[in-house]
Amino acid sequence: MAIFGLWVINKAGGLVYERSFGDGLPHLTSNEYLVLAGTLHGIHAITSRLSPTGSSSGAHVISGETFKMNILLTATGTKFVLMTSLVEPTADTVLQKVYEIYADAVMKNPFHTPEMPIRSEGFDTRIGQLLG
Amino acid sequence: MATTSKQYKAIGEDLWKGRTEKINAELFALTYGALVVQLIQDYEDYAEVNKQLDKMGYNIGTRLIEDFLARSSLGRCADFREVGEVVAKVGFKSFLNITPNVVHGAAPTAASSPTRTSMPLPQANSPGATFTLTFEENPLAEFVELPEEALDGGLWFSNVLCGVLRGALEMVQMQVTASFISDVLRGDEATEIRVTLVKYLEEEVPVGDD
Repeated sequence: MAIFGLWVINKAGGLVYERSFGDGLPHLTSNEYLVLAGTLHGIHAITSRLSPTGSSSGAHVISGETFKMNILLTATGTKFVLMTSLVEPTADTVLQKVYEIYADAVMKNPFHTPEMPIRSEGFDTRIGQLLG
Repeated sequence: MATTSKQYKAIGEDLWKGRTEKINAELFALTYGALVVQLIQDYEDYAEVNKQLDKMGYNIGTRLIEDFLARSSLGRCADFREVGEVVAKVGFKSFLNITPNVVHGAAPTAASSPTRTSMPLPQANSPGATFTLTFEENPLAEFVELPEEALDGGLWFSNVLCGVLRGALEMVQMQVTASFISDVLRGDEATEIRVTLVKYLEEEVPVGDD
């Protein structure tokens, strides 16, 4: 039961925050992260159109053999992606809490430009406390 | 998921109570008043002050919506009518601890009376649909009396609220206009904001499921 990483993707598909916890994930360059996040954004948009039952918000969970990704899509278009081990049961609640921390530390800072990369100590600290 | 009016009120009440950091209402009113007075001194034109207040409100609204969504965990509203209900009963309640009265109006064909309550018309969701918020109390304007020039100049003292509504709703893909139609500070009988849907914004954001 472990949390490996967190990504925050803005509504245009750009990666605005990326953080790895522990040694689970391989270390990538920031360019590689940007490309992966953009790809995920595109895939997520496609999955929302594939729903057989009408309107859908796109993939919630993408799982592999050794880990899974939980995706929280907010009504404002921001995506929070959590990479965890397969048996992590609390991913959705954790993502909701991350959203709350984002609303507090990032959005309420008047000097933060929305949709831009997040450079906030407060956000880093609180995420570290939550997921560290 | 049809949420009743009572449920929205309960959600709003819970959100308000759940907030650990609240601000003293007088300090808030004084700060806002100082802001408006300063703007008047800087711009010397009441129409411009109205515009600036709306702009500030817009910036606040675009950020406030994230806090609202993060804490309330409410999904997308089914139609514009529901938007009005949620804004009045959950939104205003959770941030200002007031619950304005909401009256809905479907897309008008001619100039319709603002007090006509809506029936489930199919136009409730189309551009032109409106709702009107009537405020019994306004925490921004607690101690305020407008001078003659402000009355003549057309100042809407609490115009920041219109900006907040516009900004917040734009972040959830609705383009609206929000404006005051009356204000007790101006000697009118009631304080009312009318919110009109201009259009839904089609972005690349998937529509949420419920």
